[in-house]
Amino acid sequence: MENKMNLEIKNVSYRYREDGRQILENFSLTVSQKERVGLAAPSGYGKTTLCKLLSGYLKPDQGEILLDGKPLASYRGYCPVQMIWQQPEFAVNPRLRMREVLLEGDAVEERVIHELGIEPDWLNRFPGELSGGELQRFSIARALGKRTKFLIADEISTMLDLITQSQIWNFLLKEVERRGIGLIAVSHNQELMDWVCTRQISLEKQGP
Amino acid sequence: MKFFNRRQRMMIGIFFSIAFLVIVCVLGNLNTEAARVTDFSRKNLAPCSSYIFGTDWLGRDMLARTLKGLSMSILIGVVSAAVSAVVALVLGIAAATLGKTADSIISFVIDLIMGVPHILLLILISVALGKGLKGVVIGVALTHWPSLARLIRAEVIQLKESPYIQISAKLGKSRWYIARKHMLPHLLPQFLVGLVLLFPHAILHESSVTFLGFGLSTEQPAIGIILSEAMKYLVTGKWWLALFPGILLVVTVIMFYVLGESLRKLLDPNSVHQ
Repeated sequence: MENKMNLEIKNVSYRYREDGRQILENFSLTVSQKERVGLAAPSGYGKTTLCKLLSGYLKPDQGEILLDGKPLASYRGYCPVQMIWQQPEFAVNPRLRMREVLLEGDAVEERVIHELGIEPDWLNRFPGELSGGELQRFSIARALGKRTKFLIADEISTMLDLITQSQIWNFLLKEVERRGIGLIAVSHNQELMDWVCTRQISLEKQGP
Repeated sequence: MKFFNRRQRMMIGIFFSIAFLVIVCVLGNLNTEAARVTDFSRKNLAPCSSYIFGTDWLGRDMLARTLKGLSMSILIGVVSAAVSAVVALVLGIAAATLGKTADSIISFVIDLIMGVPHILLLILISVALGKGLKGVVIGVALTHWPSLARLIRAEVIQLKESPYIQISAKLGKSRWYIARKHMLPHLLPQFLVGLVLLFPHAILHESSVTFLGFGLSTEQPAIGIILSEAMKYLVTGKWWLALFPGILLVVTVIMFYVLGESLRKLLDPNSVHQ
């Protein structure tokens, strides 16, 4: 990990067309690959919106999002910033077997799959035949492809039991550390954030 | 019905409906000559052991005529439904993917055609193309695609918004990959079921257009012709001329419907274990 990248968000404003409420206004943040940043705010303050902006699912109304100094939108093909969605049920195609879901990722290592506790038998199943926690392991594995430089975790463990939560986070911390992946995590769980993150940011002063 | 689970019952439904349709087609084509032969020594016979559907006023065997007519109807139904479904698939996907202008044009055409009663448009097209087999097939094909096209368009628009397709794009997958891997598995069942459920529509419309005299010509033993000719003789008490062909037409339509419904249930992943 010689050349460190930064994920920068510069003076970004965003609003959803339908209700016209300003979600983010003139928001700036820089995250380096060594950091694990926690985002906290009450519901409706734009945490998920920020995650989607950071991972390129949404385009900002104003301002820019830079990865390694270049606009994120200029990265063609595999996006180095990968987001793990809050609801794994919607994040996988119900008509594809889990094996194919994993193949979509960028050469996901066997080790990652193993350490996430994914059992070989699950690979032959359809998403409807797995629980939320099991599905979430798959979407985490899929996001941890070879070219992933930043990982955005949007309340990925909210609906999981404590044992699964700690398994998943233990693994994620180790993996992120080992590969030098920058992490941005969103959670309502303060203890979890204290444990996981090196820096915490509140969106509250940004809020509506 | 507790001997079989639901899936097995669906399989049995599919098997029987396909078997019925194939048998009708095969018998109909074997009986092409028998359906035409007139024999005045046996005219106006009520159903009996040698002519189970009876004979008509020209001494033609009604069983042979009915089977021939049905097999023609099925042929017309399959061809026009297939053409219709392909038109629907292409236009539906085009409307959803080619941008706003294309979408509004295609949506307008869909609404336009759906706004006119099928049978009216069908008669117009059929007459304009000189009636006959060609007119009926093209007429049915051109009138039946809008509902399926609208379904496919809505499905593609909804799919484009779904998280797993957005994720796939961020994982660097091409449009072609997404269309093939993510969209097609969702569209195919809809398309197949739509296609199969178009058959009965097509067959019924073919018969009604022919019955009204705007379809196939009278020398062809189509089911619509049989029924419309039988109307003249119904008042003289020859009930068998209309009853059996009518019942068989309804059974054929129901068989296609069973086929479509069974397919739909089978292809739905949520019912895999039922």
